[in-house]
Order: sequence, then C-alpha cells, then structure tokens
Amino acid sequence: MIKRDNAFVAWIDRRLPISNAFEKHMSQYYAPKNLNAWYFFGVLSLLVLVNQIITGIWLTMNYVPSAEEAFRSVEYIMRDVELGWLLRYMHSTGASAFFVVVYLHMFRGILYGSYQKPRELIWLFGMAIYLLLMAEAFMGYVLPWGQMSYWGAQVIINLFGAIPVIGPDLTQWIRGDFLISGITLNRFFALHVVALPLIIVALVVAHILALHEVGSNNPDGIDIKKHVDDQGRPKDGIPFYPYFLPVHDLVGIVVFLIVFSIVLFFFPEGGGYFLEAPNFEEANPLKTPEHIAPVWYFGAFYAILRAVTFDVGPINSTLGGVIAMGAAIAVLFVLPWLDRSPVRSWRYKGWMSKVAIVLFAISFAILTWLGGEAQTPALTILSQVCMAIYFAFFLLMPFYTKYEKCKPVPERIPSK
Amino acid sequence: MKKLLTILLVSLLPSFAMAAGGSAYELDHYPGDISDTASLQRGAQTYMNFCMGCHSLEYGRYNRVARDLDIPEDIFQEHLMFTDAKIGELMTNSMDTESAKEWFGAAPPDLTLVARVRGTDWLYTYLRNFYVDASRPMGVNNRVFPNVGMPHVMAELQGLCGSIPLPESKEVVDKQSGKLIVASGCQEFYETGSQTPEEYDQTVEDLVNFLDYMGEPIQQTRKTIGFYVIAFLLVFLVFAILLNREYWKELH
Amino acid sequence: MTQDGVNTGRRRFLVVATSAMGAVAAAGVAVPFVRSWNPSEKAKAIGAPVRINVANVAEGELVTGQWRGKPIFIVKRKAEMMAALSQDDLKARLKDANSEVVSQQPEWAANDARARDGSDLSVLIGICTHLGCSPQFVPEVGPQDYDRNWVGGYFCPCHGSRFDLSGRVFNGSPAATNLEVPPYYIEDNVLTVGVEGPEA
Repeated sequence: MIKRDNAFVAWIDRRLPISNAFEKHMSQYYAPKNLNAWYFFGVLSLLVLVNQIITGIWLTMNYVPSAEEAFRSVEYIMRDVELGWLLRYMHSTGASAFFVVVYLHMFRGILYGSYQKPRELIWLFGMAIYLLLMAEAFMGYVLPWGQMSYWGAQVIINLFGAIPVIGPDLTQWIRGDFLISGITLNRFFALHVVALPLIIVALVVAHILALHEVGSNNPDGIDIKKHVDDQGRPKDGIPFYPYFLPVHDLVGIVVFLIVFSIVLFFFPEGGGYFLEAPNFEEANPLKTPEHIAPVWYFGAFYAILRAVTFDVGPINSTLGGVIAMGAAIAVLFVLPWLDRSPVRSWRYKGWMSKVAIVLFAISFAILTWLGGEAQTPALTILSQVCMAIYFAFFLLMPFYTKYEKCKPVPERIPSK
Repeated sequence: MKKLLTILLVSLLPSFAMAAGGSAYELDHYPGDISDTASLQRGAQTYMNFCMGCHSLEYGRYNRVARDLDIPEDIFQEHLMFTDAKIGELMTNSMDTESAKEWFGAAPPDLTLVARVRGTDWLYTYLRNFYVDASRPMGVNNRVFPNVGMPHVMAELQGLCGSIPLPESKEVVDKQSGKLIVASGCQEFYETGSQTPEEYDQTVEDLVNFLDYMGEPIQQTRKTIGFYVIAFLLVFLVFAILLNREYWKELH
Repeated sequence: MTQDGVNTGRRRFLVVATSAMGAVAAAGVAVPFVRSWNPSEKAKAIGAPVRINVANVAEGELVTGQWRGKPIFIVKRKAEMMAALSQDDLKARLKDANSEVVSQQPEWAANDARARDGSDLSVLIGICTHLGCSPQFVPEVGPQDYDRNWVGGYFCPCHGSRFDLSGRVFNGSPAATNLEVPPYYIEDNVLTVGVEGPEA
C-alpha cells in the first residue's frame, strides 16, 4: 500500500497526486459488500484486454500483412518461431474469451439494472467498447488470410452494399479494390493493431472513471451511499483495496485462467468454433468453402440477419436483414431509457421482467448457436421466433417494467 | 447466484460440443495415436514415397520432422529426402503447377494443413475408398470425394476396388458368435495389391497420423505444457482462496 | 475494518505465499514472450553450417566465405609466416598472445596458429572485435602508416585495430580481444564452418 509519509512517495505526490488517485480509486473506493461472482467479469475483461494487447504486439513482430505472405507468416509463427504457437493461441483463444466475459459482464448489467440512472454513461461507454470490439474482432479474423477470413470479410463488407444508393460505392471504398485483396488486408491490419486498440483503451478508461464517480451497483440494486457512517463511509461498503482487488478478484482470475488454459492447451480450436477448419486453407477468391459461418460471437446477429427472409413493404429482405441486425445492436444502446422500473435488480422486479430476462437469455443463446448452423426451413422459423423474443424484450420493456408489481427494496443490504 | 452462473455455462456447452462442419458422406473412424512415433515414422516414409512427388509440405522443415520423429538427420536425408534440398529447408517440391493443372485438372494442393482442414476421419476414409470408374479420366473415383482428380497412387498396395466400398456402419456382425458377416470396405477387388486389407488400413492409419502431426507439430508438447500449467494454477487457486478467506473473515 | 482478531502471522504467510505464486505465474507468462525472440527455425536454417572447398586455396592468399551473414577469412599461411607466429618478440607486442580469452576460440585452437592442430590453414570470423567492422588482409611484411614494424596480418580501417596472421590483437589497438575463431572442421579438403566436428 502507498504510504504518504514515505519520502519518495511524498516527493512524487508534490508533483503527481498518486496517493490521492490510489485512495480515490482503490483504498477509499467503497464497493458494496454483496457483490457476487457476476462481478468478476469486469476485471476479467480487463485482464483479457491486456492479454490481447501484449500477445498482439508480439504477433506483429512476425506477421506479414500482405496477401502473398500473411497465411505463410501465421504458419511461420506456429512452427518456426520458438513458442510462437503459444502466443498465437493465447491471442486466438483470448479473442473468444473476450466475448465470453464481455457477454456475461453485459448480462450482469441487465440482471441487476446496472445501466439505470445514474449509470447510463457507464452503459453507453460499455456499449461503445462492445461495438468497437466487434469491429476489432472482425478485422483480426481477416488477418490470417484463410478461407474463412476471406469469405467472412466478403459477406460482412457486402452488408454495407445493402444500403440504398451509396451501398456499392461504399463497399468498394471499404475494400479499396474491386475485390477483397491485399489492399483491404493492409488497412484492416492498421486499424486492428493501432487505431481500434487505442480507442478501446481510451473508452475503457472512461468506462472505469464513470463507474468510480457514481460507484458500483450491486445484486440488490441498493444505493449504498444513502447510509454512511460519521466519517462519510458507506455502511454497506468495503474498501476496494485490498478486499476486492487483489484479494477477492484473484480467486476469480485464477479460476478463469484454469478454464482459459484448458481451452488453450487442450482445445485451441474450440471444437471448430474458435478457429474454424476452413481457415487452415489459404484464402482463395475463386472458391467459397462449403459451409460458411461467422465466428460464434457474431452468431446471434448473423442469425438475425438471415432470419429476415421476407420483404417488408418497400424494403427487400436483404436490406431488411441488415436493418434488423443494426437495430439489434442499436437497441442495446438505449436500454437505460427503456427500463421504467422503480427498482434496479431483477430480484425485486415483477414476474414479467423475470420471465422476459430468462426468455431473452435463452433466445440470445439459441440465436448464437443458429448463426453457426446451415439454414434449413425449420431453423429459419426458430430464428424468426428468437428474433421476435429478442426485440420484444427491449421494445416491450417500457410497458412491462412500468405496470408490473415490484417487491419493496430494503434500505440496507440484507445480511446473509 | 453461483447457481445461475453454472446454469448459464451448462446451457452454453451443447453449442460448443457440436463441432462445426461435417461431411455429407459417412466417414470411418480414424483409430490413430499421435504419440506413436513408430507409426509416424512409417507414415513419413509412405508420404515421401507416394505423395511428396506431387504434394508439398511447404510450411514444415525437414529437420523439424527428423527431430520430432526421432530420425537421425543423415538417415533421414538418405532415405526420406529425394531432392538435393538442405535438411533445414522447407519441404517444397519443384512440380510445375501449370503442367500439373493439365494432368490432373487442378494443381495438387499443399498438404501441410490438410488434417486441420479436412479432419483425420475424412482423410482415413478418403485414402481407403477409391474404386474403379472407367468414366473418369484417371479411371478411378472416390466414395467421399466424388469426381476426384487424383489417381489412386497407392493402388499397388491396396489394389483397386471393383465397386463402391462400404462405410463402417454397413458392417454386419453376428450377435451370438461375434463374427463378422459383412465386412466394410471393398467387397470385390478389380485389381489386387501387395497388401492385405488389414495391412493397407495400417498403412493409411500411419500416413494420416503423419499428416495429423504435420498439421500441428507442437500438439503433444502443447498438452504436456498445459498439464503443468493447470496443475500450477490449481495450487495457486488454493492459496488465493485461503488468502481471500483470511481477509474477508474480519468483515462482519 | 477492525484489525482486531487478525492472526498476523497466518496472514503474512498467506500474503507472501500468494505473492510468490503470483510472481512465478508472471515469470511463466513471460517465457513465451522472451523465447520468441530467439533465432527462429528459419534463422537457424539460414545460419546452418556452411561448407567451403579449400583444396585450391593458394598459399598466402585470402579466401572469404560467409557464415551467418559474417565474412569468414580463410588463409593458408606460408612456412615463414608460421615460423614468425611463435617468435617471442612478436608475442611480446600482443595483448593475448596465448589465446587465454576462452570466448574467442574453441579450446583446440588456443595455440600460436590459432587453428586446428596448429595447422597452417587459418579460419577466422572477419569481424573486428572492437565495433564490428571487417578488417583488411595485409600479408606483406614492411612499414605501414599505422605500424612501422608491420609483420603482416589484419588491419581494421574503422578504428585502426591491428591483428597478426593468427588474428591476435596488437597492443595499442582499440580492440580488446583477438579475432574470433569459429567452430569448424576439415574433412577431405572441405571446410565446414559452424560445427565442431562431423555429426554422429
């Protein structure tokens, strides 16, 4: 712990307020005492972010961003660079792990109403991070220049082609060529390794600063700042340092690392979901793989894209699918203003909210799975049902949260 | 709440368990073992004799294979390298892609990663399921790769099957005696080869084993390291839990 | 947040033990990042031992080979050159006349010829041990601008380091150590640079 009376610390403090910062964000930052395992996923997201940045830097040392050399250079890393395979698997497994922890982190927010007033900005920063993370992951998946890299990029870039009037020109501008080529690869490389990580890190800082301004929510959704002792410390709060970080979070981190290591060392391909088999074949613009599916973390949105098989008035099914997919992401941004409930946590919300959250979680999981499956008539209907549930969860929220009967929220955090 | 987490994780599992991809054709089960060095050595020999002439392994190096397969470099050079390449070089071949396209309709692909693309079951089935088909330019066809451009290069070993071979699921076993009534594979040979069906299955198993190794040479080391890492983390976890309990017991 | 009832001994043990585990974990994570900077298999293949035919090397002339991107100086020395190498008045002018700095030659080359079995065939890495320039071969005996008593050897044009025909550095040179003798062996007039002897 930092001691103010230490001469060196005092010297720095006169020039840079490190003791103040440490107290504000660590030793005198009070977190609710009832935080549960769901609250590990924030710190785990940060851990994976650090992993991605460092392994990413090391991968660029041997990766060659050109259509001729990219695929070969990845195999060079896998075979010729000492322990290069480990760095590469840390990065590829880390990408999937990132989405696992981020999805669970977001779902925690939905369960306990962490996006509600006064934490709307935290949610918005988080959503911006999530959106950029999807762009980052998509561009990163193009870099190995395998068949899935190529054809995945083909499909996703062509989504922009569905936009009326400017679509075709826009896709050509994104590619920088008449087809996806080394030119596209190079710009994606620049964005993936420099631009997007910079913005993501900046947003993560904003996300955490905004969080520390209002304090953490908790599973009961109780505002712990309402009840403070004579020194102004929340009675139901615990100093973040040392009780949460490092002591409590360490348990979550080690458990996570065990799961991560099991995948990394024993199932690095993640059953074909983390590294898809066709991606071990070099990109070939003349031959589409038999079954093309996005990586699992895009599955839900991809399934929604495909679920629109019908025209809606003047909007044809292609454009409709793109709009539905965009709306599925956009609607998450406005979540704080859709929830009209007087309580935060689902523990005190009425039965309608509870049912809605469970149905939403199930439909999202099914959509994620459907995204990787080949389209059949039965699965198309299933995806349309799940899409309807997905949108109903959000669009009906203002009504069911307003009119349902909630349980009274206690003033203080109930002790176990 | 921990229950909820478990429920969520468990509900995610089935989607991971279902492997992506899958062939439309019925595949036989590949029985090989990547840790069987003798099998890998035989596989390497088969590959160099029958495959390397057309299919390079251009992401791998000769000396790496020699080292991993416990073959001394001079013996490897003498018996397994048929070009004047140096032992540390990539395993390319000098086949001219243009004339190859003319002969086979398509340039023979590099096979370094074929086991990761196709899977070992597919390779094991593919290499054992050629049959005679006079309508094809090479006179052969394949059960799991219809209209394949490749000739059956190992016909001198297997022979050439006169009809479409049967998949494993078509085997009929007498329930009482346990005897095989209908065997899978080739039912009648158009031409016989130098190996018995059992010997040929072994040859292919070794070859696929070698290709599996080539796809990811590090896979055995990876698992060994993983074992130690996880063992360490489990011990770490014990200390982390004890430390956590030590700090949190005072908060009541 | 009271400190009452805290078993400080137990707590200190757990803090130290867990920190130690964390340090081990951090060190373990660092391993792939550090080791990935070692020469890759590709670099090793390019840096593999090279073979040079030395059957036709003329006496007193320099043949330059290449190993791991560095010049290899090969000189077949004349009998009078060999004789001069062991003279005491030459050795008195050298910093390390008896090749005592072990890093600069294999054990078997710690002789006046700095060659296998004291052979007249000299094999040196042609990189000055001062700051890495490649010295010039000046075999003629006679006064030079940089040395009035020049007895033949190597002169580095960058900073004026001087070496004798065995690559031993003269006093008064900025270089501190002798030119390096690479591992090598000769079999049937073929010089192999990069390994100590034929592999089993």
